[in-house]
Amino acid sequence: MSENATYEKPVPVIDPGTKPFWDATREHRLSIPRCRSCGKHHFYPRELCPHCHSADLEWTDVSGKGEIYSYTIARKPAGPVFAADVPYVIAMIALDEGPRMLTNIVTADVEAVRIGDRVTVHFDDVTPEITLPKFTLDKA
Amino acid sequence: MAREAVIVGVGDVPLKDGKVVGGGSVLQVQARAAKAAMDDAGIAMRHVDGLLVAGLWGVPGPGQLPSVTLGEYLGIFPRFADTTNIGGSAFEAHVAHAAMAIEAGYCDVALIVYGSMQKSERSRTLGGRPSILTMQFENVWGIPQPVGGYALATMRHMHEHGTTPEQLAEIAVATRKWASLNPAATMRDPISIDDVMKSTPISDPLKLLDCCLVTDGAGAVVMTTAENAKAHGCRSINIRGYGEAHTHWSIGAMPDLARLTAAEMSGKAAFEMAGITHDAIDVVECYDSFTTTVLLTLEALGFCERGAGGKFVANQRTAPGGEFPLNTNGGGLSYCHPGMYGIFLLIEAVRQLRGESGERQVKGAKTALVHGTGGTLSSGSTVILANH
Repeated sequence: MSENATYEKPVPVIDPGTKPFWDATREHRLSIPRCRSCGKHHFYPRELCPHCHSADLEWTDVSGKGEIYSYTIARKPAGPVFAADVPYVIAMIALDEGPRMLTNIVTADVEAVRIGDRVTVHFDDVTPEITLPKFTLDKA
Repeated sequence: MAREAVIVGVGDVPLKDGKVVGGGSVLQVQARAAKAAMDDAGIAMRHVDGLLVAGLWGVPGPGQLPSVTLGEYLGIFPRFADTTNIGGSAFEAHVAHAAMAIEAGYCDVALIVYGSMQKSERSRTLGGRPSILTMQFENVWGIPQPVGGYALATMRHMHEHGTTPEQLAEIAVATRKWASLNPAATMRDPISIDDVMKSTPISDPLKLLDCCLVTDGAGAVVMTTAENAKAHGCRSINIRGYGEAHTHWSIGAMPDLARLTAAEMSGKAAFEMAGITHDAIDVVECYDSFTTTVLLTLEALGFCERGAGGKFVANQRTAPGGEFPLNTNGGGLSYCHPGMYGIFLLIEAVRQLRGESGERQVKGAKTALVHGTGGTLSSGSTVILANH
Protein backbone atom coordinates (compact mmCIF):
# COMPACT_ATOMS: atom_id res chain seq x y z
CA MET A 1 0.00 0.00 0.00
CA SER A 2 1.21 3.43 -0.82
CA GLU A 3 -2.00 5.31 -0.10
CA ASN A 4 -0.96 8.90 -0.03
CA ALA A 5 -2.94 12.12 -0.21
CA THR A 6 -0.09 13.85 -1.98
CA TYR A 7 0.38 11.38 -4.84
CA GLU A 8 1.93 13.52 -7.58
CA LYS A 9 2.35 11.06 -10.44
CA PRO A 10 -0.13 10.99 -13.31
CA VAL A 11 -3.45 9.39 -12.47
CA PRO A 12 -5.95 8.18 -15.05
CA VAL A 13 -8.54 10.69 -16.20
CA ILE A 14 -11.43 8.25 -15.96
CA ASP A 15 -14.14 8.47 -18.64
CA PRO A 16 -17.48 6.65 -19.04
CA GLY A 17 -15.84 3.95 -21.19
CA THR A 18 -13.18 3.13 -18.63
CA LYS A 19 -15.02 3.70 -15.34
CA PRO A 20 -15.95 0.03 -14.78
CA PHE A 21 -12.27 -0.94 -15.04
CA TRP A 22 -11.12 1.62 -12.49
CA ASP A 23 -14.14 0.95 -10.22
CA ALA A 24 -13.08 -2.71 -10.16
CA THR A 25 -9.41 -2.04 -9.41
CA ARG A 26 -10.50 0.12 -6.46
CA GLU A 27 -12.21 -3.03 -5.18
CA HIS A 28 -9.04 -5.02 -5.94
CA ARG A 29 -10.59 -6.85 -8.87
CA LEU A 30 -9.13 -6.97 -12.37
CA SER A 31 -12.08 -6.69 -14.73
CA ILE A 32 -11.83 -6.37 -18.51
CA PRO A 33 -14.30 -6.65 -21.39
CA ARG A 34 -15.07 -9.97 -23.02
CA CYS A 35 -16.96 -10.31 -26.28
CA ARG A 36 -20.08 -12.50 -26.15
CA SER A 37 -19.92 -12.87 -29.90
CA CYS A 38 -16.35 -14.15 -30.48
CA GLY A 39 -15.51 -15.03 -26.87
CA LYS A 40 -12.27 -13.05 -26.78
CA HIS A 41 -11.20 -10.66 -24.05
CA HIS A 42 -9.68 -7.31 -24.87
CA PHE A 43 -7.82 -4.52 -23.14
CA TYR A 44 -7.95 -1.49 -22.86
CA PRO A 45 -11.76 -1.36 -22.77
CA ARG A 46 -13.50 -0.38 -26.01
CA GLU A 47 -17.05 0.17 -27.19
CA LEU A 48 -16.69 -2.46 -29.92
CA CYS A 49 -14.73 -5.72 -29.78
CA PRO A 50 -11.44 -4.98 -31.60
CA HIS A 51 -11.32 -8.60 -32.79
CA CYS A 52 -14.78 -9.04 -34.38
CA HIS A 53 -16.30 -5.54 -33.97
CA SER A 54 -19.35 -6.79 -32.11
CA ALA A 55 -20.96 -4.43 -29.58
CA ASP A 56 -22.08 -7.39 -27.44
CA LEU A 57 -19.54 -7.05 -24.63
CA GLU A 58 -19.54 -7.91 -20.94
CA TRP A 59 -17.22 -6.99 -18.08
CA THR A 60 -15.54 -10.07 -16.67
CA ASP A 61 -13.23 -10.53 -13.72
CA VAL A 62 -9.98 -12.15 -14.85
CA SER A 63 -7.35 -14.15 -13.00
CA GLY A 64 -4.75 -11.41 -12.60
CA LYS A 65 -2.17 -13.96 -13.76
CA GLY A 66 0.05 -13.75 -16.78
CA GLU A 67 3.59 -13.54 -18.04
CA ILE A 68 5.97 -10.82 -19.05
CA TYR A 69 5.79 -10.32 -22.83
CA SER A 70 8.35 -7.51 -22.76
CA TYR A 71 9.77 -4.98 -20.32
CA THR A 72 12.12 -2.06 -20.01
CA ILE A 73 14.00 -0.64 -17.06
CA ALA A 74 13.64 3.13 -16.99
CA ARG A 75 17.09 4.55 -16.21
CA LYS A 76 15.79 8.07 -16.82
CA PRO A 77 12.41 9.04 -15.37
CA ALA A 78 9.33 9.99 -17.36
CA GLY A 79 9.39 13.44 -15.82
CA PRO A 80 10.48 14.69 -12.40
CA VAL A 81 7.67 12.97 -10.48
CA PHE A 82 9.18 9.56 -11.31
CA ALA A 83 12.78 10.58 -10.55
CA ALA A 84 12.87 9.03 -7.08
CA ASP A 85 11.80 5.63 -8.50
CA VAL A 86 14.68 5.19 -10.98
CA PRO A 87 15.48 2.48 -11.92
CA TYR A 88 11.96 1.07 -12.29
CA VAL A 89 10.37 -1.57 -14.48
CA ILE A 90 7.65 -0.95 -17.05
CA ALA A 91 6.40 -4.26 -18.37
CA MET A 92 3.90 -5.48 -20.89
CA ILE A 93 2.03 -8.42 -19.42
CA ALA A 94 0.32 -11.05 -21.56
CA LEU A 95 -2.65 -11.92 -19.36
CA ASP A 96 -3.61 -15.59 -19.27
CA GLU A 97 -6.92 -14.55 -20.83
CA GLY A 98 -5.05 -13.13 -23.87
CA PRO A 99 -4.85 -9.35 -23.84
CA ARG A 100 -1.68 -7.42 -23.12
CA MET A 101 -1.50 -4.79 -20.44
CA LEU A 102 1.17 -2.22 -19.65
CA THR A 103 2.08 -2.01 -15.97
CA ASN A 104 4.88 -1.76 -13.43
CA ILE A 105 6.63 -4.73 -11.86
CA VAL A 106 6.92 -4.20 -8.11
CA THR A 107 10.28 -5.69 -7.17
CA ALA A 108 13.32 -4.92 -5.06
CA ASP A 109 15.57 -6.31 -7.80
CA VAL A 110 14.84 -4.77 -11.20
CA GLU A 111 17.79 -6.59 -12.77
CA ALA A 112 16.16 -9.98 -12.12
CA VAL A 113 13.15 -9.34 -14.36
CA ARG A 114 13.00 -11.45 -17.55
CA ILE A 115 10.65 -11.97 -20.48
CA GLY A 116 8.52 -15.04 -19.79
CA ASP A 117 8.46 -14.57 -16.01
CA ARG A 118 5.11 -15.45 -14.44
CA VAL A 119 3.42 -12.56 -12.66
CA THR A 120 0.40 -11.84 -10.47
CA VAL A 121 -1.56 -8.63 -10.11
CA HIS A 122 -0.77 -6.45 -7.09
CA PHE A 123 -3.20 -3.62 -6.38
CA ASP A 124 -1.62 -0.34 -5.35
CA ASP A 125 -4.06 2.14 -3.76
CA VAL A 126 -2.26 5.30 -4.80
CA THR A 127 -5.11 7.65 -3.80
CA PRO A 128 -8.50 7.07 -2.14
CA GLU A 129 -10.06 7.12 -5.63
CA ILE A 130 -7.41 5.40 -7.73
CA THR A 131 -5.95 1.91 -7.50
CA LEU A 132 -3.31 0.94 -10.05
CA PRO A 133 -3.01 -2.74 -11.04
CA LYS A 134 0.72 -3.42 -10.79
CA PHE A 135 2.27 -6.89 -10.90
CA THR A 136 4.76 -8.91 -8.86
CA LEU A 137 7.01 -11.78 -9.94
CA ASP A 138 5.80 -15.25 -8.92
CA LYS A 139 9.41 -16.48 -8.65
CA ALA A 140 10.30 -14.00 -5.90
CA MET B 1 -2.66 12.89 -71.71
CA ALA B 2 -2.77 11.58 -68.14
CA ARG B 3 -1.38 13.87 -65.48
CA GLU B 4 1.71 12.54 -63.71
CA ALA B 5 2.88 14.00 -60.38
CA VAL B 6 6.59 14.69 -59.85
CA ILE B 7 8.74 16.26 -57.13
CA VAL B 8 10.34 19.48 -58.36
CA GLY B 9 11.68 21.27 -55.30
CA VAL B 10 13.09 20.68 -51.83
CA GLY B 11 14.27 23.11 -49.19
CA ASP B 12 15.33 23.33 -45.57
CA VAL B 13 16.85 25.83 -43.15
CA PRO B 14 20.40 25.85 -41.78
CA LEU B 15 21.01 24.61 -38.22
CA LYS B 16 23.85 25.27 -35.82
CA ASP B 17 24.18 23.07 -32.74
CA GLY B 18 20.71 21.77 -33.51
CA LYS B 19 19.08 25.20 -33.50
CA VAL B 20 17.78 27.17 -36.48
CA VAL B 21 20.41 29.76 -37.40
CA GLY B 22 19.04 33.21 -36.59
CA GLY B 23 16.15 31.74 -34.60
CA GLY B 24 12.53 32.47 -35.39
CA SER B 25 8.98 31.39 -34.66
CA VAL B 26 7.66 28.07 -35.92
CA LEU B 27 5.80 29.99 -38.65
CA GLN B 28 8.87 31.95 -39.74
CA VAL B 29 11.03 28.86 -40.14
CA GLN B 30 8.34 27.07 -42.15
CA ALA B 31 8.04 30.10 -44.44
CA ARG B 32 11.82 30.08 -44.95
CA ALA B 33 11.84 26.37 -45.81
CA ALA B 34 8.84 26.83 -48.12
CA LYS B 35 10.56 29.68 -49.96
CA ALA B 36 13.76 27.65 -50.31
CA ALA B 37 11.80 24.77 -51.84
CA MET B 38 9.82 27.05 -54.21
CA ASP B 39 13.05 28.77 -55.29
CA ASP B 40 14.60 25.33 -55.82
CA ALA B 41 11.65 24.42 -58.05
CA GLY B 42 11.69 27.76 -59.85
CA ILE B 43 7.94 28.13 -59.34
CA ALA B 44 6.41 31.23 -57.70
CA MET B 45 4.62 30.80 -54.37
CA ARG B 46 1.42 32.31 -55.85
CA HIS B 47 1.01 29.16 -57.95
CA VAL B 48 0.71 26.90 -54.88
CA ASP B 49 -2.86 25.58 -54.76
CA GLY B 50 -2.30 22.51 -52.58
CA LEU B 51 -0.94 22.71 -49.02
CA LEU B 52 0.03 19.68 -46.92
CA VAL B 53 1.02 20.24 -43.29
CA ALA B 54 1.49 18.05 -40.22
CA GLY B 55 2.50 20.17 -37.29
CA LEU B 56 2.55 19.51 -33.59
CA TRP B 57 3.43 23.18 -33.28
CA GLY B 58 1.32 25.88 -31.71
CA VAL B 59 -1.17 23.54 -30.04
CA PRO B 60 -3.68 24.68 -28.83
CA GLY B 61 -4.95 27.48 -31.01
CA PRO B 62 -3.25 28.03 -34.37
CA GLY B 63 -1.70 24.55 -34.35
CA GLN B 64 -5.08 22.87 -34.31
CA LEU B 65 -5.77 23.89 -37.91
CA PRO B 66 -2.23 23.97 -39.22
CA SER B 67 -2.85 24.22 -42.97
CA VAL B 68 -5.37 27.02 -42.45
CA THR B 69 -2.88 28.91 -40.30
CA LEU B 70 0.10 28.31 -42.55
CA GLY B 71 -1.87 29.15 -45.72
CA GLU B 72 -2.78 32.48 -44.20
CA TYR B 73 0.82 33.10 -43.10
CA LEU B 74 2.17 32.31 -46.58
CA GLY B 75 -0.51 34.40 -48.28
CA ILE B 76 -1.94 31.59 -50.38
CA PHE B 77 -5.50 30.26 -50.87
CA PRO B 78 -5.16 26.48 -51.38
CA ARG B 79 -7.99 24.56 -53.05
CA PHE B 80 -6.56 21.29 -51.76
CA ALA B 81 -5.43 20.80 -48.14
CA ASP B 82 -4.21 17.74 -46.27
CA THR B 83 -3.29 17.79 -42.59
CA THR B 84 -2.91 14.04 -42.26
CA ASN B 85 -0.88 13.51 -39.13
CA ILE B 86 0.26 9.94 -38.57
CA GLY B 87 3.47 11.04 -36.84
CA GLY B 88 6.91 11.42 -38.36
CA SER B 89 5.85 9.39 -41.39
CA ALA B 90 3.19 11.95 -42.32
CA PHE B 91 5.28 13.55 -45.06
CA GLU B 92 5.75 10.36 -47.05
CA ALA B 93 1.97 9.98 -46.87
CA HIS B 94 1.66 13.62 -47.99
CA VAL B 95 3.69 12.82 -51.13
CA ALA B 96 1.25 10.03 -51.88
CA HIS B 97 -1.79 12.19 -51.18
CA ALA B 98 -0.41 15.11 -53.21
CA ALA B 99 0.33 12.76 -56.10
CA MET B 100 -3.27 11.51 -56.02
CA ALA B 101 -4.62 15.07 -55.81
CA ILE B 102 -2.40 16.36 -58.63
CA GLU B 103 -3.16 13.40 -60.87
CA ALA B 104 -6.90 13.77 -60.22
CA GLY B 105 -6.77 17.49 -61.00
CA TYR B 106 -7.52 18.77 -57.48
CA CYS B 107 -4.40 20.93 -57.55
CA ASP B 108 -1.49 21.78 -59.81
CA VAL B 109 1.28 22.79 -57.41
CA ALA B 110 1.45 21.12 -53.97
CA LEU B 111 3.62 22.35 -51.12
CA ILE B 112 4.46 20.04 -48.17
CA VAL B 113 5.89 21.91 -45.18
CA TYR B 114 7.06 21.11 -41.66
CA GLY B 115 8.90 23.01 -38.98
CA SER B 116 9.67 22.76 -35.29
CA MET B 117 11.58 24.95 -32.84
CA GLN B 118 11.48 22.31 -30.08
CA LYS B 119 15.15 22.66 -29.14
CA SER B 120 15.20 26.47 -29.04
CA GLU B 121 11.89 26.51 -27.16
CA ARG B 122 12.90 23.58 -24.85
CA SER B 123 9.46 22.12 -25.40
CA ARG B 124 10.42 18.42 -25.55
CA THR B 125 10.08 16.23 -22.47
CA LEU B 126 9.91 12.52 -21.74
CA GLY B 127 6.69 12.88 -19.76
CA GLY B 128 3.85 15.31 -19.48
CA ARG B 129 1.32 13.82 -21.87
CA PRO B 130 -2.13 14.00 -20.25
CA SER B 131 -3.53 10.72 -18.96
CA ILE B 132 -6.72 10.89 -20.99
CA LEU B 133 -8.49 8.41 -23.29
CA THR B 134 -5.99 5.71 -24.36
CA MET B 135 -3.15 7.33 -22.43
CA GLN B 136 -4.75 6.57 -19.04
CA PHE B 137 -3.46 3.02 -19.55
CA GLU B 138 0.07 4.07 -20.52
CA ASN B 139 1.60 7.03 -18.79
CA VAL B 140 0.42 6.24 -15.26
CA TRP B 141 3.27 3.69 -15.28
CA GLY B 142 5.95 6.30 -15.86
CA ILE B 143 6.89 5.04 -19.31
CA PRO B 144 9.32 7.54 -20.85
CA GLN B 145 7.64 8.71 -24.07
CA PRO B 146 8.32 7.72 -26.75
CA VAL B 147 11.59 5.89 -25.98
CA GLY B 148 9.97 3.42 -23.57
CA GLY B 149 7.73 1.95 -26.25
CA TYR B 150 10.68 1.49 -28.60
CA ALA B 151 12.61 -0.08 -25.73
CA LEU B 152 9.83 -2.64 -25.16
CA ALA B 153 9.91 -3.53 -28.86
CA THR B 154 13.69 -3.83 -28.84
CA MET B 155 13.68 -6.09 -25.78
CA ARG B 156 11.14 -8.39 -27.43
CA HIS B 157 13.13 -8.49 -30.69
CA MET B 158 16.25 -9.45 -28.72
CA HIS B 159 14.29 -12.16 -26.91
CA GLU B 160 12.85 -13.68 -30.09
CA HIS B 161 15.78 -13.29 -32.46
CA GLY B 162 18.93 -12.92 -30.36
CA THR B 163 19.56 -9.38 -31.58
CA THR B 164 22.35 -7.73 -29.56
CA PRO B 165 22.94 -4.16 -28.36
CA GLU B 166 26.20 -4.21 -30.34
CA GLN B 167 24.26 -4.90 -33.55
CA LEU B 168 22.03 -1.91 -32.84
CA ALA B 169 25.13 0.17 -32.16
CA GLU B 170 26.39 -0.65 -35.67
CA ILE B 171 23.54 1.48 -37.00
CA ALA B 172 24.42 4.47 -34.82
CA VAL B 173 28.10 4.25 -35.80
CA ALA B 174 27.41 3.92 -39.54
CA THR B 175 24.89 6.77 -39.47
CA ARG B 176 27.42 9.01 -37.72
CA LYS B 177 29.92 8.28 -40.51
CA TRP B 178 27.40 9.61 -43.03
CA ALA B 179 26.84 12.68 -40.84
CA SER B 180 30.57 13.34 -40.81
CA LEU B 181 30.29 13.78 -44.60
CA ASN B 182 27.35 16.22 -44.30
CA PRO B 183 28.32 19.78 -43.37
CA ALA B 184 24.71 20.47 -42.33
CA ALA B 185 24.64 17.65 -39.76
CA THR B 186 24.44 18.44 -36.04
CA MET B 187 26.69 15.63 -34.72
CA ARG B 188 29.70 14.92 -36.94
CA ASP B 189 32.43 13.53 -34.70
CA PRO B 190 33.01 9.80 -35.27
CA ILE B 191 31.78 7.35 -32.64
CA SER B 192 32.62 3.70 -31.98
CA ILE B 193 30.50 0.70 -31.01
CA ASP B 194 32.06 1.03 -27.56
CA ASP B 195 30.98 4.70 -27.34
CA VAL B 196 27.39 3.64 -28.02
CA MET B 197 27.57 0.79 -25.52
CA LYS B 198 28.96 3.10 -22.83
CA SER B 199 26.57 5.99 -23.50
CA THR B 200 24.03 6.93 -20.83
CA PRO B 201 21.35 4.25 -20.32
CA ILE B 202 17.88 5.70 -20.99
CA SER B 203 15.35 2.87 -21.10
CA ASP B 204 16.85 -0.62 -21.30
CA PRO B 205 18.21 -1.75 -23.68
CA LEU B 206 18.29 1.67 -25.39
CA LYS B 207 21.08 4.08 -24.55
CA LEU B 208 21.60 7.72 -25.43
CA LEU B 209 23.40 6.99 -28.70
CA ASP B 210 20.60 4.63 -29.78
CA CYS B 211 18.27 7.63 -29.69
CA CYS B 212 17.72 10.37 -32.24
CA LEU B 213 18.70 13.94 -31.56
CA VAL B 214 16.36 16.61 -30.27
CA THR B 215 16.79 19.58 -32.62
CA ASP B 216 14.93 22.34 -34.40
CA GLY B 217 14.38 22.10 -38.12
CA ALA B 218 12.17 22.97 -41.06
CA GLY B 219 11.78 21.47 -44.49
CA ALA B 220 9.57 21.62 -47.55
CA VAL B 221 8.86 19.66 -50.73
CA VAL B 222 7.17 20.95 -53.91
CA MET B 223 5.27 18.75 -56.35
CA THR B 224 3.53 19.47 -59.62
CA THR B 225 2.61 17.76 -62.90
CA ALA B 226 5.33 16.48 -65.20
CA GLU B 227 3.95 18.80 -67.85
CA ASN B 228 4.14 21.86 -65.59
CA ALA B 229 7.63 20.82 -64.45
CA LYS B 230 8.77 20.76 -68.06
CA ALA B 231 7.26 24.20 -68.72
CA HIS B 232 9.16 25.64 -65.72
CA GLY B 233 12.40 23.85 -66.58
CA CYS B 234 12.36 21.92 -63.27
CA ARG B 235 14.61 18.96 -62.46
CA SER B 236 11.91 16.36 -61.86
CA ILE B 237 12.06 13.33 -59.61
CA ASN B 238 9.52 10.65 -60.45
CA ILE B 239 7.28 8.94 -57.93
CA ARG B 240 7.22 5.23 -58.72
CA GLY B 241 5.21 3.88 -55.85
CA TYR B 242 3.80 4.56 -52.43
CA GLY B 243 1.90 2.99 -49.56
CA GLU B 244 0.87 3.77 -46.01
CA ALA B 245 -0.60 2.01 -42.97
CA HIS B 246 -1.04 2.36 -39.25
CA THR B 247 -1.75 -0.29 -36.67
CA HIS B 248 -1.93 1.23 -33.17
CA TRP B 249 -1.27 4.28 -31.04
CA SER B 250 -0.78 2.74 -27.58
CA ILE B 251 2.28 0.52 -27.40
CA GLY B 252 0.06 -2.00 -25.58
CA ALA B 253 -1.98 -2.35 -28.78
CA MET B 254 0.94 -3.00 -31.15
CA PRO B 255 0.04 -6.27 -32.86
CA ASP B 256 3.53 -7.81 -32.52
CA LEU B 257 6.30 -5.94 -30.71
CA ALA B 258 9.07 -7.70 -32.64
CA ARG B 259 7.56 -6.93 -36.03
CA LEU B 260 6.77 -3.65 -37.77
CA THR B 261 3.43 -4.50 -39.32
CA ALA B 262 2.74 -0.99 -40.65
CA ALA B 263 5.98 -1.00 -42.67
CA GLU B 264 5.26 -4.48 -43.97
CA MET B 265 1.96 -3.19 -45.34
CA SER B 266 3.18 0.13 -46.75
CA GLY B 267 6.35 -1.35 -48.23
CA LYS B 268 4.48 -4.11 -50.00
CA ALA B 269 2.07 -1.60 -51.52
CA ALA B 270 4.88 0.69 -52.68
CA PHE B 271 6.92 -2.11 -54.28
CA GLU B 272 3.82 -3.46 -56.02
CA MET B 273 2.94 -0.04 -57.44
CA ALA B 274 6.53 0.55 -58.55
CA GLY B 275 6.72 -2.88 -60.13
CA ILE B 276 10.31 -3.32 -59.00
CA THR B 277 12.20 -5.56 -56.58
CA HIS B 278 14.64 -4.73 -53.78
CA ASP B 279 17.74 -5.07 -55.94
CA ALA B 280 16.61 -2.04 -57.97
CA ILE B 281 16.96 0.24 -54.90
CA ASP B 282 20.25 2.17 -54.85
CA VAL B 283 19.81 4.14 -51.63
CA VAL B 284 17.45 3.88 -48.64
CA GLU B 285 16.37 6.76 -46.42
CA CYS B 286 14.56 5.21 -43.47
CA TYR B 287 13.27 6.79 -40.28
CA ASP B 288 15.74 6.36 -37.43
CA SER B 289 14.05 7.68 -34.33
CA PHE B 290 16.02 4.93 -32.60
CA THR B 291 18.52 2.37 -33.87
CA THR B 292 15.89 -0.28 -33.37
CA THR B 293 13.48 1.55 -35.70
CA VAL B 294 15.95 0.98 -38.55
CA LEU B 295 16.42 -2.68 -37.73
CA LEU B 296 12.68 -3.37 -37.61
CA THR B 297 12.07 -1.35 -40.79
CA LEU B 298 14.72 -3.15 -42.88
CA GLU B 299 13.13 -6.46 -41.90
CA ALA B 300 9.60 -5.25 -42.52
CA LEU B 301 10.41 -3.82 -45.94
CA GLY B 302 11.92 -7.17 -46.89
CA PHE B 303 15.58 -6.15 -47.30
CA CYS B 304 16.35 -9.09 -45.02
CA GLU B 305 14.47 -11.92 -43.37
CA ARG B 306 12.43 -11.25 -40.27
CA GLY B 307 14.73 -11.50 -37.27
CA ALA B 308 17.89 -11.15 -39.38
CA GLY B 309 18.19 -7.36 -39.09
CA GLY B 310 20.99 -7.55 -36.55
CA LYS B 311 23.17 -9.66 -38.84
CA PHE B 312 22.19 -7.54 -41.85
CA VAL B 313 23.58 -4.30 -40.40
CA ALA B 314 26.75 -5.91 -38.99
CA ASN B 315 30.25 -4.93 -40.13
CA GLN B 316 29.19 -1.39 -41.03
CA ARG B 317 27.20 -2.57 -44.03
CA THR B 318 25.10 0.65 -44.04
CA ALA B 319 28.08 3.04 -43.68
CA PRO B 320 29.69 5.10 -46.47
CA GLY B 321 31.43 2.62 -48.76
CA GLY B 322 29.27 -0.23 -47.47
CA GLU B 323 27.05 -2.23 -49.77
CA PHE B 324 23.79 -0.80 -48.41
CA PRO B 325 23.83 3.04 -48.35
CA LEU B 326 21.37 4.07 -45.64
CA ASN B 327 20.44 7.43 -44.15
CA THR B 328 23.05 9.27 -46.13
CA ASN B 329 22.48 12.69 -44.53
CA GLY B 330 23.30 11.34 -41.06
CA GLY B 331 19.68 10.61 -40.19
CA GLY B 332 17.68 11.54 -37.15
CA LEU B 333 20.46 9.97 -35.11
CA SER B 334 23.12 12.48 -36.17
CA TYR B 335 21.81 15.08 -38.68
CA CYS B 336 18.66 16.50 -37.09
CA HIS B 337 15.38 15.40 -35.54
CA PRO B 338 12.85 18.17 -35.03
CA GLY B 339 10.04 16.05 -33.56
CA MET B 340 8.73 14.74 -36.87
CA TYR B 341 11.67 13.94 -39.12
CA GLY B 342 10.08 12.33 -42.18
CA ILE B 343 10.32 15.34 -44.49
CA PHE B 344 14.12 15.24 -44.29
CA LEU B 345 14.14 11.66 -45.60
CA LEU B 346 12.42 12.92 -48.76
CA ILE B 347 14.71 15.93 -49.10
CA GLU B 348 17.83 13.76 -48.86
CA ALA B 349 16.49 11.17 -51.32
CA VAL B 350 15.77 13.92 -53.86
CA ARG B 351 19.24 15.39 -53.42
CA GLN B 352 20.82 11.96 -53.86
CA LEU B 353 18.80 11.28 -57.00
CA ARG B 354 19.82 14.67 -58.41
CA GLY B 355 23.46 13.91 -57.65
CA GLU B 356 23.92 16.99 -55.47
CA SER B 357 24.91 15.38 -52.17
CA GLY B 358 28.59 16.30 -52.36
CA GLU B 359 30.97 14.09 -50.39
CA ARG B 360 28.18 11.77 -49.31
CA GLN B 361 26.79 11.24 -52.82
CA VAL B 362 25.94 7.62 -53.60
CA LYS B 363 27.45 7.25 -57.06
CA GLY B 364 24.96 6.57 -59.79
CA ALA B 365 21.91 6.51 -57.48
CA LYS B 366 18.88 6.13 -59.73
CA THR B 367 16.19 4.75 -57.43
CA ALA B 368 15.61 5.58 -53.76
CA LEU B 369 13.30 4.12 -51.16
CA VAL B 370 12.04 6.47 -48.46
CA HIS B 371 10.29 5.07 -45.42
CA GLY B 372 8.80 7.03 -42.55
CA THR B 373 7.75 5.66 -39.17
CA GLY B 374 5.50 7.62 -36.82
CA GLY B 375 4.13 7.46 -33.31
CA THR B 376 5.44 4.51 -31.31
CA LEU B 377 6.13 2.22 -34.27
CA SER B 378 2.52 3.11 -35.06
CA SER B 379 2.48 4.19 -38.67
CA GLY B 380 4.50 3.55 -41.78
CA SER B 381 4.59 5.19 -45.16
CA THR B 382 6.83 4.29 -48.04
CA VAL B 383 7.68 6.21 -51.20
CA ILE B 384 9.84 4.92 -54.05
CA LEU B 385 11.47 7.70 -56.09
CA ALA B 386 13.52 7.59 -59.29
CA ASN B 387 15.42 10.01 -61.50
CA HIS B 388 14.58 8.12 -64.69
